[in-house]
Amino acid sequence: MSNGLYVQLLYLAVGGLLLSSVLVLWRRELSAIVRLLIVQGTLMAVVALLLAIERDSIELVVVAAEVVALKALLIPGILRRVLRDSAEARETEPLINVTASILTAAVLTLVAYGISRPLVRLAPSIETQAVPVGFAMVLIGFFVLVTRRRALSQIVGFLLLDNGIATTAFLLTGGVPGVVELAVSLDVLLIVLVLQVLAARVRLTFGGTDIDELRDLHD
Amino acid sequence: MIPALTTGSGAADAVLVVAPLLAPLAAAATAAVLRWRLATGLVTIGAAGIILATGITAATRTVDGTALTIGNWLRVDALTALMLIVIGAVGIIATCAGLGHLEGELERGHIDDTGAHLYSVLVPLFLAAMVLAVLANNLGLLWAAIEATTIVTAFLVGHRRTRAALEATWKYVIICSVGIALAYLGTVLVHYAAQQAGVAEHGSLDWTQLSAHAEDLDPGVMRLAFALLVLGFGTKAGLVPLHSWLPDAHSQAPAPVSALMSGVLLPVAVYALLRYRVIAIASISPEFVRALLLTIALASLLLAASLLITQRDYKRLLAYSSIEHMALVIIGVAIGTRLAIAAALLHIVGHGISKATLFCGAGEILSRTGTTSIAEVRGLLTRAPVLGGAFALGLAALLGLPPFSLFFSEVGLVRAGLTAGLGWAMAVMLVLLLMVFVAIAVKASGMLFGEPATQPRPTVRTLAALPFATAAPIIAGLGVVAMLGIVDWPLGPLLHSASLIAGTP
Repeated sequence: MSNGLYVQLLYLAVGGLLLSSVLVLWRRELSAIVRLLIVQGTLMAVVALLLAIERDSIELVVVAAEVVALKALLIPGILRRVLRDSAEARETEPLINVTASILTAAVLTLVAYGISRPLVRLAPSIETQAVPVGFAMVLIGFFVLVTRRRALSQIVGFLLLDNGIATTAFLLTGGVPGVVELAVSLDVLLIVLVLQVLAARVRLTFGGTDIDELRDLHD
Repeated sequence: MIPALTTGSGAADAVLVVAPLLAPLAAAATAAVLRWRLATGLVTIGAAGIILATGITAATRTVDGTALTIGNWLRVDALTALMLIVIGAVGIIATCAGLGHLEGELERGHIDDTGAHLYSVLVPLFLAAMVLAVLANNLGLLWAAIEATTIVTAFLVGHRRTRAALEATWKYVIICSVGIALAYLGTVLVHYAAQQAGVAEHGSLDWTQLSAHAEDLDPGVMRLAFALLVLGFGTKAGLVPLHSWLPDAHSQAPAPVSALMSGVLLPVAVYALLRYRVIAIASISPEFVRALLLTIALASLLLAASLLITQRDYKRLLAYSSIEHMALVIIGVAIGTRLAIAAALLHIVGHGISKATLFCGAGEILSRTGTTSIAEVRGLLTRAPVLGGAFALGLAALLGLPPFSLFFSEVGLVRAGLTAGLGWAMAVMLVLLLMVFVAIAVKASGMLFGEPATQPRPTVRTLAALPFATAAPIIAGLGVVAMLGIVDWPLGPLLHSASLIAGTP
């Protein structure tokens, strides 16, 4: 692959990642949000694949396949099940409205550029220049987590955050060592499964998955 | 910076490294097959015993600075041995209390057979995950093991399936997953800094190599990484700003699980920070490391002190006291001198064991009185002398009264802080500790000696006596904490050796 094409495709994929995170803030239908996660998972695999081709690395091809399996198929599948069981199609009024959320995302992206400057400065390269996007995804995920009320939306926030970290890892170092990568993926999958079971219990006990209802415990 | 190490890797040593990991895994497998019964409980207690025994054996092997390793993945040095001893000791207390706890819960119908089965599989898995975390020499593996503790404890916290337990579990899993994800981002940044500094690709998350080449790592990247790691592992250790899961989870979890979470899970997260501090101190300015840790620790201490004053629930009281004690340990880590590290580690041992006895005691009080309200528990010493006495002694240990070892570790901390020129921080710490002391002492005296205000039942009604299986480890644990305060042997040399690994001169 020519260098110019590689750069363009990489930046296109990374741009798509950021866009998909921002769109989660815009869409209210939970099914649309799950579709956005599938897009994001696929784009992450594309990033891994591009890195694999650029570096002639078989290991990264395997990682790309694993990312597709986990983030574009398995986890969205689990989320669909949560969605189907709960029969709650839409996020109720989030704590912050859509316009303000998207403006916040813009601010968070600027913050991400600010805090990741030492990372880019250490080794300026095609990949590390894009690292602020990974950080922006982390911050947007955190924002979703604290401003959304549905159990599913909170799981989505956690996954956006996790995708941001994985993207950062790809862009900085071409991913962590294989065994660690495997352990991390397994952990994420198990956490999502645990949250799925808990969301079902919340629905049975509280009659809905509005996390704001969970306020018995406080000081 | 690191004392010259000889590395042992004979067959006997390999057994020593692997045994504490395999024992709880075997216990989990046994429980999975046999389901809950007395034999399963005894096997789990045995596994905790093996962790303690290998910890002690490993201590005798590593006290001279030796490190036992298996490949690049597992490593046992004096610091690991000390943590294994804490996990084993607290594990024995908690698993013994677990026997009575499960029987009681089954009898009262709070849980069914499936619940008991789940509990008896998850508790040894929880022990195994913590053991793996302290054995790990690879920082990625360390991270994954700590994350695994969140997964296995999720259903233990929510074991009772009540509304409150469910709420606590949801908060616990969400907040800890996010916190630990931030720690993972920190780990990724360390990996990046290591790669750029030319630490070999497969060794680049290897603690031994990273700590040997720490000064080559880029300070800008490492500063960001360390801040994320403190935030992330700090979440798991119950430190601000992501601490709010802790009082809920500790008060809702079954008492033996609270004992394990407070006594060893929080210290395991602190242990991760201790390992990272060795790398951070050499790669970024020591002032930054100290200021960051001290800020978070003092803020946590302030939070714990102010919420202890208004606390009305004794299980939450114990939970906030855990935040307080972890803050003290982090103050020791922030000071970072060998004396401070030794004091912090002694504090981990003393707090772990005494908090475990207190949570187990609190569980027994709850099952006898049916309430967690401080105001509704009165005259405990007359109504249940053994239980009340053990609870009183545990609180005395927790408040740092002599002869318990927490008194001496707190004195050690203050001395180390003054030597390091942190007089102002020590002054703030002592004022906050005084607040904590008054808050807990006032509430405890009501529970232990007080007369009930309203008298729907007779003032003095004797509560059922403590079963021997629960009482023996509680009393033995308190005895150990008192003994550790009085005599330097046997822990002294091990603490010294561990402080050489994690402390700066």
